[in-house]
Amino acid sequence: LSPNLDQILLSAKASDYLIGSWWSEVQMGPPDPILGVSEAYKRDTNPKKMNLGVGAYRDDQGKPYVLSCVRKAEAQIAAKKLDKEYLAIGGLGDFTKACAKLALGDNNEVIKSGRNITVQTISGTGSLRIGANFLSRFHTEARDVYLPKPSWGNHTPIFRDAGMQLKAYTYYDPKTCGFDFQGALNDISKIPEKSIIMLHACAHNPTGVDPRPEQWKEIANLVKKRNLLVFFDMAYQGFASGDIDRDAWAVRYFIEQGHNIVLSQSFAKNMGLYGERVGGFTVVCKDAEEAKRVESQLKILIRPIYSNPPMNGARIAATILNTPDLYKEWLGEVHGMANRIITMRELLVANLKKEGSTQNWQHVIDQIGMFCFTGLKPEQVARLTKEFSVYMTKDGRISMAGVTSGNVGYLAQGIHAVTK
Amino acid sequence: MSLFGEVPQATPVAVFKLSNDFKDDPNPMKVNLGVGAYRTDEGQPWVLPVVKKVEKLIVADNRLNHEYLPILGLPEFRSSASKIALGEDSPAIQENRVGAVQCLGGTGALKMGAEFLRRWYNGNDNMKTPVYVSAPTWENHNSVFANAGFKDVRPYKYWDAEKRGLDLAGFLGDLETAPKHSIFVLHACAHNPTGTDPTHVEWMQVAEVMERRKLFVFFDSAYQGFASGCLDKDAWAVRYFVTQGFEMFCAQSFSKNFGLYNERVGNLTIVARDADNVRRVLSQMEKIVRVTWSNPPSQGARLVAITLNTAELFAEWKDNVKTMADRVLLMRASLQAKLQALGTPGTWDHITQQIGMFSFTGLNPKQVEYMIKERSIYLMASGRINMCGLTTKNIDYVAKSIHETVVNVQ
Repeated sequence: LSPNLDQILLSAKASDYLIGSWWSEVQMGPPDPILGVSEAYKRDTNPKKMNLGVGAYRDDQGKPYVLSCVRKAEAQIAAKKLDKEYLAIGGLGDFTKACAKLALGDNNEVIKSGRNITVQTISGTGSLRIGANFLSRFHTEARDVYLPKPSWGNHTPIFRDAGMQLKAYTYYDPKTCGFDFQGALNDISKIPEKSIIMLHACAHNPTGVDPRPEQWKEIANLVKKRNLLVFFDMAYQGFASGDIDRDAWAVRYFIEQGHNIVLSQSFAKNMGLYGERVGGFTVVCKDAEEAKRVESQLKILIRPIYSNPPMNGARIAATILNTPDLYKEWLGEVHGMANRIITMRELLVANLKKEGSTQNWQHVIDQIGMFCFTGLKPEQVARLTKEFSVYMTKDGRISMAGVTSGNVGYLAQGIHAVTK
Repeated sequence: MSLFGEVPQATPVAVFKLSNDFKDDPNPMKVNLGVGAYRTDEGQPWVLPVVKKVEKLIVADNRLNHEYLPILGLPEFRSSASKIALGEDSPAIQENRVGAVQCLGGTGALKMGAEFLRRWYNGNDNMKTPVYVSAPTWENHNSVFANAGFKDVRPYKYWDAEKRGLDLAGFLGDLETAPKHSIFVLHACAHNPTGTDPTHVEWMQVAEVMERRKLFVFFDSAYQGFASGCLDKDAWAVRYFVTQGFEMFCAQSFSKNFGLYNERVGNLTIVARDADNVRRVLSQMEKIVRVTWSNPPSQGARLVAITLNTAELFAEWKDNVKTMADRVLLMRASLQAKLQALGTPGTWDHITQQIGMFSFTGLNPKQVEYMIKERSIYLMASGRINMCGLTTKNIDYVAKSIHETVVNVQ
């Protein structure tokens, strides 16, 4: 005796059956500060509008750029007719091995002795989250994570949601629009032992301000003295200087100096694989045995979130990293992207001078990577958006990737107008 | 001295360990009846023909790029996926009170739903709300809800081992005694691991109690289309609950019915009182997504969206799904017939009465161990077998092995 669904639909009690809603007390969540900028930009009808919000690379026509090595890798993969069976919880082996090598260097002692565990993650965010969960569960000596001031906006909610407490150390000097080295050392010297310190490996987000190698050396020394656990976030390897090894220098130096770090990597920007969600999380352990134990616990953390990671992007990344001529092509394309950004920085400053600006814009050239901390104050940012339809985050950060030779003049006009 | 010196070795996840042991087994007769993935009659994974077709379209289309999806996922995917679960002409869709979040597989959808409920359901951050999962259930249900912060994850009676069927009285009894507002995780169809689903009348009874006692409906729909071969038939329970006016969650997986296992394609469908509630719920879902994976992976969602939104491809997909379901039904009938012919002690009707990928054979742990060690036939300690692991070539061996096991091991 099976009830006829049609009859049930006809007599549906629908919305008035239950009184009220479970969700009446659910507040409207605020729009994400970074992604919200893109939403506002989309709604603007000004033909000269510029989106300098989210950090996604654009070519000189302002278009998304699919790397040629990516297209080649995709074609190769398609021809192989692979199946779609579940990956292991820790992800695609070909990818995780290559991911670790890319960060640590081909002949790194850590990899040779098997004392790293590297798992595939849902891009950089997923990596940070797994890391936060792991530290929250196993690093019981300290609940505090020290972020540079400022840091990527999403760092704080990620660690907080994982149950950690957030603190900060001085980093950016608004007076110079550069690195406050002494301020950083002062603050770091006071961090309680065993706390976690977050370091941006290169191309600091949002400021674009990186320590110089001799400054990194002092930081490494101090961090060791303070016995801190180092969490490196490397989302822009290759993107900062255009050179993969140069951009990983700090990570490799710290390891050399005996820091057993944890590391997040993203391939969103340097391979343009944003939406495919390709990332890695690495724990450098005491030895291979410890790495096995840590691996088993990472799997326990991953399984109840998403079971196992997505294949497509990892397969593309692995193909590129493991195929010599694709790898070479990739290095060239990353170099090209970094170079275009550097050129835009120079053009912006040149155009500002042409506009007649008397401000010091040297920091635009000194800063590195996708972002530039212009030094613009919130009121100036608001004017820039309202009067010129230039969209950026309130902190004055602009994504240089959104600047082209076609619009850099207009941008200079706008910035000069609000700062003169 | 290492910071991680005290980190203990965790026990491996059972189903993956089983697959590893199978891989290492040198016995040429070995059969893997463990992990839940479809296999052809040649024992091979099957990339659906429609999927191959759409993949070619995607690779060839130079207008497509790899940009970030919105936080909640690909809009065309979300809406078409919800339509699959609720039906094109669902009153809830027409009344504009359905929302969706693209997630990483069914697991990801359960995770998002669980995280949201812990924050916003039955008070704020109320970790004490009981979460009921069926006894037995997919083992990851427990972990998903526990890791989302729920302190009280409990079983509800479901499987009657003696009669090898649904323990309806027990199920209804637990619904009656559950604290008000408890969350119940219901398997939409093809219950994992038992393959035993309530009948329509039994679902109606479940719904009546849940409505009266204000229990929260959280469907897990991982096998739509796979159970009977018909999408609409397999969605009957979900759609019935919608007509009864429930606000509910439905975690959908496209791993099995699209064969897209490793692309992690899932959807959390949200049915609420009205559009305003949906809007606020989604805004909070965004915040949870942002601190977990920021935005979901593009490839699988694109594939599914293109397929569901293109008439000929949609028809071809339904056909592919029926192919898989039909092969499973054939293996069920075959196995049952062979066991009967062998005169294997006990009754084996449950093999054909159960539905979907899995069958709860009724073999006990000792018998399971025997099957693995002596016959190299790999199945879960619970006695669960994946029907997809059976082929016309190995079914005789499996039937004979079950027979031998039941006769020799108690």
